[in-house]
Amino acid sequence: MSIWQAVIEAFESLTANKLRSGLTILGIVIGVAAVIAMLAIGKGAQASITGEIQGIGTNLLFIFGGGSEEVRNPKPLTLGDAEAIADPFAAPSVEGVAPVLQGNAEVAYGGESVITSINGITPSYATVRNYQITEGEFISEEHMLGQAAVVLLGPDVAEELFGRKDGLVGETVRIEGQPFRVIGVMKEKGGSSFGSQDNLVFVPLTTAQTRLIRRSTRDRVDNILVQTVSAEAVPQAIEEVTQILRTRHLTEVGADDFTIFSQQDFIDVAASITNILTIFLGGIAAISLLVGGIGIMNIMLVSVIERTREIGLRKAIGARRMDIMIQFLTESSLLSLSGGVIGIGLGWGISAIVGQIAAANNANLNPVIGIDALLLATVFSTAVGLFFGLYPANRAANLEPVEALRYE
Amino acid sequence: MTDWVVDARNLTKVYTMGDVEVHALRGMSLQVSQGEVIAIMGPSGSGKSTLMNIIGCLDRPTDGEYYLEGESVAELTDDQLATIRNRKIGFVFQIYNLLPRATALANVELPLRYAGEKNRRQRAKEALEVVGLGNRLFHRPNELSGGEQQRVAIARALVNNPSIVLADEPTGNLDTKSGDEIMELLLRLNKEYDTTLIIVTHDPEIAEKTQRAVHIRDGRTNHSPS
Repeated sequence: MSIWQAVIEAFESLTANKLRSGLTILGIVIGVAAVIAMLAIGKGAQASITGEIQGIGTNLLFIFGGGSEEVRNPKPLTLGDAEAIADPFAAPSVEGVAPVLQGNAEVAYGGESVITSINGITPSYATVRNYQITEGEFISEEHMLGQAAVVLLGPDVAEELFGRKDGLVGETVRIEGQPFRVIGVMKEKGGSSFGSQDNLVFVPLTTAQTRLIRRSTRDRVDNILVQTVSAEAVPQAIEEVTQILRTRHLTEVGADDFTIFSQQDFIDVAASITNILTIFLGGIAAISLLVGGIGIMNIMLVSVIERTREIGLRKAIGARRMDIMIQFLTESSLLSLSGGVIGIGLGWGISAIVGQIAAANNANLNPVIGIDALLLATVFSTAVGLFFGLYPANRAANLEPVEALRYE
Repeated sequence: MTDWVVDARNLTKVYTMGDVEVHALRGMSLQVSQGEVIAIMGPSGSGKSTLMNIIGCLDRPTDGEYYLEGESVAELTDDQLATIRNRKIGFVFQIYNLLPRATALANVELPLRYAGEKNRRQRAKEALEVVGLGNRLFHRPNELSGGEQQRVAIARALVNNPSIVLADEPTGNLDTKSGDEIMELLLRLNKEYDTTLIIVTHDPEIAEKTQRAVHIRDGRTNHSPS
């Protein structure tokens, strides 16, 4: 009997019992829809995170204090470290250096107040991070030297405190109760997976050290941003910076008390997190496919019992074992395949809705349905039908014709 | 030996049900020649169903020899038996056993499909015309009368040009008139196509229409003139 004939026959037999077939494939529909939606959302999330990290700049290095736990007496990063890295002879691959001291504090104006991130920075921060201001001026060397009580507001903070984002230069806000003069407002950078880049304020590093963020060592900084001369110079710059810091911190070889991250490292970390997430969600989806497959097996067993006489008749007029096997396997895989196709549609719908919701909430998430996901879903759902159809089909094929014909 | 279409010798069949052994056939022999019409009669439990199952290659004897058209079939595998049933045997059952969702034509095509034959539609159509249902090709069983359904079953039995047609109480579910028509049809087909016809029946009237009646009692042949 030809496969095409078998498919038509299976189709007729399944449509003869529409409600039952529909309920049976529901498990597969949900499973496949889950797979498709999970993969799409996971991919979309990964793409947007990668995009955001790339938006930071391809030629940036982040240096954090702390590294190997084997270092007995770890030293924190200091302003001195930053100055040493900025030395063009010791580190020719480095273009700019921006040490940062970071803390959280309350910023208040009038009756409004907001807890936000206080960033003590140097003038080079503007070029290293490519920050721009919409009005006023950036933090200058004079502000640094004078430990001036001046502040640059992030757009979100400005909005919170003043209800507007312009005409704020010259206003005075209070940080930890101390008055700071507003010298400018930052341009919006948009949200990111690392929290808003707009909900922060900048003050001169020296001011932060003396007035806002107390650290055990006086010239300590929290991290140092390094801009390399080009994206290709990143490995070379890492090498140079490592050498400088090892010399200054007098650490043994192989046990650094600092950590250097390049943008690629962040992308890798983010990718491994989203991969774990995808595997986890995929596991849940696989379980629902499994449950769907058991549903199919169940209904196929019922169907075999119901059609015992028919199987007996088919055998009597010449159906071989394999013919009966194929008949029932075709039915079960057609069941799960149609479940898979409907599930693909549903999964596509779900990811579209998630995309819409994300867009409505200004989150940068575009679910991506890849060909690989479609293939995976189709192949998997058919395989589930085949696998779980095997036992019922085998049972049907092994029926004794005499017994089957006598079955009431 | 090759003269017989059916040559069964000393068949025994023992069913084991739990601890009890049931001897359905105890050394039964039966020879049927080409083109013959015979009736197998006997009370229920006599073993006539078992005999029919073995003749129809649906079951194997526990012991004894069975030659179908000179070929020994007692030792064949299930799939080999399926092929023999497909090529050499046509079944007509008491309750028709048609596929309920398939049209008359599709029902008759079924054996040809398992045989992998070409030209199925044409041959199935011809078979239905032979049994007088040329105008009912696309009706489903529930749209046909009992007599018509049995005609479809007969067309299905004949479509592969079998050596034997085995009819198990073919008129058992029909009223007298349709029953007579079915018997007439079977006998006419036997004459026209020289197909051997074996009818299992309770009904002495039907047995009278055959050339020979074989009476079975307690798993043995009980020859009597008819």
